[in-house]
Amino acid sequence: MGKLLVYLKHYKKETVCAPLFKMLEATFELFVPLVMAAIIDTGIKEGDVSYVLKMGLLLIALGLIGLVCSITAQYFAAKAAVGFSTGLKHALFSHIQSLSFTEIDTLGTSTMITRMTSDVNQVQNGVNMVLRLFLRSPFIVFGAMIMAFTIDVKAAMIFVVTIPLLSIVVFGIMMITMPMYRKVQAGLDQVLGATRENLTGARVIRAFNKEEEEIEQFGIKNAALTELQLFVGKISALTNPVTYIIINAATIFLLYTGAVRVDEGTITQGEVVALVNYMSQILIELVKLANLIITITKALACANRIESIFEMQSSMAWEQEAADGKQDIPYAVDFDHVHLAYAGAGAESLSDIDFKVKKGQTIGIIGGTGSGKSSLVNMIPRFYDATQGAVRIDGKDVRSYSMEELRQKVGVVLQKAVLFAGTIRENLLWGKADATEEELWQALATAQAKEFVEGKDGKLDAVVAQAGRNLSGGQRQRLTIARALVGNPEILILDDSASALDYATDAALRKALRELPGETTVFIVSQRASSIQHADQIIVLDDGLMVGCGTHEELLRDCEVYQEIYYSQYPKTESV
Amino acid sequence: MKGQRKTLGKVLRYIKKYWFYLAVSIVMASVTVALTLYLPILTGKVIDLVIGVGQVDFAGVFGILRQMAVIIVLTAAAQWIMNVCNNKMTYRIVQDIRNEAFQRIEILPLKYIDAHSYGEVVSRVIADVDQFADGLLMGFTQFFTGVITILGTLGFMLSVNVAITGVVVLVTPLSFFVAGFIAKKTFTMFKLQSETRGEQTALIEEMIGNQKVVQAFSHEDEALEEFDEINERLQDCSLRAIFFSSITNPSTRFVNNLVYAGVAVTGAVYAIRGGISVGQLSCFLTYANQYTKPFNEISGVVTELQNALACAARIFDLIEEEPQVPEQADAKVLHDVEGRVDLSHVAFSYVPEKQLITDFNLSVQPGQRVAIVGPTGCGKTTVINLLMRFYDVNEGKICVDSADIREVTRKSLRSNYGMVLQETWLKVGTIRENIVMGKPDATEEEIIAAAKASHAHSFIKRLPQGYDTPIGEDGGSLSQGQKQLLCITRVMLCLPPMLILDEATSSIDTRTEIRIQKAFATMMQGRTSFIVAHRLSTIREADVILVMKDGNIIEQGNHETLLEKKGFYANLYESQFAS
Repeated sequence: MGKLLVYLKHYKKETVCAPLFKMLEATFELFVPLVMAAIIDTGIKEGDVSYVLKMGLLLIALGLIGLVCSITAQYFAAKAAVGFSTGLKHALFSHIQSLSFTEIDTLGTSTMITRMTSDVNQVQNGVNMVLRLFLRSPFIVFGAMIMAFTIDVKAAMIFVVTIPLLSIVVFGIMMITMPMYRKVQAGLDQVLGATRENLTGARVIRAFNKEEEEIEQFGIKNAALTELQLFVGKISALTNPVTYIIINAATIFLLYTGAVRVDEGTITQGEVVALVNYMSQILIELVKLANLIITITKALACANRIESIFEMQSSMAWEQEAADGKQDIPYAVDFDHVHLAYAGAGAESLSDIDFKVKKGQTIGIIGGTGSGKSSLVNMIPRFYDATQGAVRIDGKDVRSYSMEELRQKVGVVLQKAVLFAGTIRENLLWGKADATEEELWQALATAQAKEFVEGKDGKLDAVVAQAGRNLSGGQRQRLTIARALVGNPEILILDDSASALDYATDAALRKALRELPGETTVFIVSQRASSIQHADQIIVLDDGLMVGCGTHEELLRDCEVYQEIYYSQYPKTESV
Repeated sequence: MKGQRKTLGKVLRYIKKYWFYLAVSIVMASVTVALTLYLPILTGKVIDLVIGVGQVDFAGVFGILRQMAVIIVLTAAAQWIMNVCNNKMTYRIVQDIRNEAFQRIEILPLKYIDAHSYGEVVSRVIADVDQFADGLLMGFTQFFTGVITILGTLGFMLSVNVAITGVVVLVTPLSFFVAGFIAKKTFTMFKLQSETRGEQTALIEEMIGNQKVVQAFSHEDEALEEFDEINERLQDCSLRAIFFSSITNPSTRFVNNLVYAGVAVTGAVYAIRGGISVGQLSCFLTYANQYTKPFNEISGVVTELQNALACAARIFDLIEEEPQVPEQADAKVLHDVEGRVDLSHVAFSYVPEKQLITDFNLSVQPGQRVAIVGPTGCGKTTVINLLMRFYDVNEGKICVDSADIREVTRKSLRSNYGMVLQETWLKVGTIRENIVMGKPDATEEEIIAAAKASHAHSFIKRLPQGYDTPIGEDGGSLSQGQKQLLCITRVMLCLPPMLILDEATSSIDTRTEIRIQKAFATMMQGRTSFIVAHRLSTIREADVILVMKDGNIIEQGNHETLLEKKGFYANLYESQFAS
């Protein structure tokens, strides 16, 4: 939590003022029993009605001042808490943006989203409550005790004993039950898991006639949960009765001591009433404090989770300056004995990959799932760094480029066709913010998307729903390809991004890519032999190793893995 | 309203079983409230005996203090018993409801399960039941004691002094108006806040969820800019919503202070005139504080209760959902199945408006292979649904060994089929537990033999704990191919006379796929098999090919006859397999 407090720094005034005004409010609240004592001892004893009225007005005045103080405090607290979370969210968002693919993989996107949404909200709530209550409640508890001292030291000693006793009971029960509630939550997760499993596996469970057994197992889990809940319930059900006994036992002692002191003439009848009032104020505040601590614990847990994201630093350092001078060599991409092991993975995903690609060539990459196809192409725009060896673009190590420069050179179409809410135009402009109308249409034409975009209402300004849900899989893929083409990259990577296209469109797309002006180097990753068959060079991967590199004919002759893949898709008898 | 009453009736039926706890709880609640209200009176009496120097009636004080001690202990005991009873009743009811809901899930027709999102059903069984329980618990403890407290306080106050009671009763409603007023004013602010928050969450999901794309296009700055714009708007409306709603507490507290001041003044004036004693005044002040509290709580409880009823209604919807057609009383048990399957004049559709299969006839001899082919999304699973009787045919009948499958027990029908689906499903547990699903008493040798036959043994052996390796939800860290191999092993172990197989599409790597093919081939020997086929070799070797399109079976025959027909199959074959 500590490190997150930085985001309160613009709200120093509010952070200090909120609890201050709360304390002010509490102070006025503490005067009330004294005023009441005065009404009893002076007003009633002497039969002075106008004095009573005056004191009554004083009570209302105290209430009013309390109201004003309290509202002021609420305002400052709200402002500080909301400002805090706004700053925190900004920092978190921008921090997550700076993480490299390695960290994104480790964290997982769903985790990051929860951290940014519900966790931040919990922390905001925690900050708000702390500013409002964390000082007020202890202040009232101890204030009441101090006020008791001003009335009578001996009676106040009862407070000195009662307050710790109450605290032990309230917080003790809380401490005991909190871990138990965690167990209850775990039990509930079990019940939830069983329910979900029986829905997703309904067919299999029925096919194996497991219904009875599943019902029995669910019953056991459910019963275990209930027993846990009852056990915790029994303990936390103690809180109210025990605190009730303590506070009222204290009141009995207070009344007895009061009686003795009044008899001696040390204090008055009204002051006894005031003491009793202070005692009941304490209980209310302690209960509030206990609830507050639960909120704080939750908020702290969330804060720690958020902090752990801040602690995660990007494992990739970028050059700030653009790399100097253009080297004139014929190779666009050059893998020099490259190895790649993902963070936390035991084995290497790519081992000793070594090949060179001339400018303007089309490269096909093929292999089974998990063979390292995506890993290989992801190293070209430097999404991941080589653990050994080097990847070079135009003869220079990718690590010597600035991020902007590299990403401009390399256009990537990822496996998952992702579009963003907005219009088609807005999505395409991601590739190049100042692209002209003509450039956009040109890219769409190459990506075989021109026709369907023209058919849309509003054409380029047709609305794209979140995640592109209002488009078909094939349309999404073609738009993502167009988006990458708008930037006019020197190297274009299509990572299995034509899988939803039919054979004819796929072929037309490949033809259009070959006819791109300039020397665009194209990488095509695919599971389909037909998609890469006509490439200038085909790289065959198997289990992270490059088992073949050459043209279709060469590979079909020499490469066993390639043959296996090819003939599984084109049975020998048919292709001959 | 009528619906709510109906739901309430059903809730009461669940409570009935625990009427004893309910009765005890109600008695204890009444005792608690009565005693709690009596205590300030005793305190008042003590104060009245402590008037001034030398004017203290110690004998009287001791007597009352002793009474107080007894009452305190009794109150605490009653409170505890009440809490425990409430807990017991609530949690037991929750347990009953969950068990019943789960039992219903197991006999619901697949139609229901397919038509509802899993998350929705799970949330009924978990979240709705929890919320219902919370509402029930709160309803019992707070609503009931709250009402008794208000009535009790009023009674006690009236018995002491009517005028002061009047002050309390008249001023207190003010806090309602204030709270209601603020709630109404802040409603639109909260709505704006949650809308803006939704907008922000959507952006977060979009940008963070697709972080890789954002980075690939160096779009970070633009994304942050967009985020900040929403973030600032959210800050504005959040501040407003949080601040204005937080005025409620101080305001109602101020009203309470007004009540307190009113009681103090009128009480004091009465005391001066000798109408009441100082002790009674102090008792009144305590009441004035107590009286307003349940009011504030009850308004919360009412919404909570309504919410609980709404949740209960959703749960009852599930529990009362029509189960699958029950088995006939004289349903036969299929045994020694040869594997002849006859479909005659079958008609089927998921929804009446969209007729899928009409007048479909097919006769499969024991040991024959039937391949089902067609483009993706053509409804190949429909056939599986009908064969396994996950769905019933609308017209016609399906017979296994000449017995209508609606006239045999579901158990015996399904145990004669071995099913391997492409959407692999494994349960949470160990590898072994998953394999023995169809044959719980299998020996170690049998398990290993089955795993070897399905080519799964070698990868299982390499797992950290071999056959006892636990796997998480949905197969955990196993690859798609490994999961499929396990599902095959599961069937391999019991090897029923009829098989339903779903061939993998290209998402599995070539090598594993070859293993799966081999395993399928071993299994199919001498067994009637239905295969959702993607591979040419499988299709060509089939005795019968069913060609499906848009959920309908449009052609049937073997490879040669279908090719000659030059219909849809011939087309499909040309485009996919011939180069």
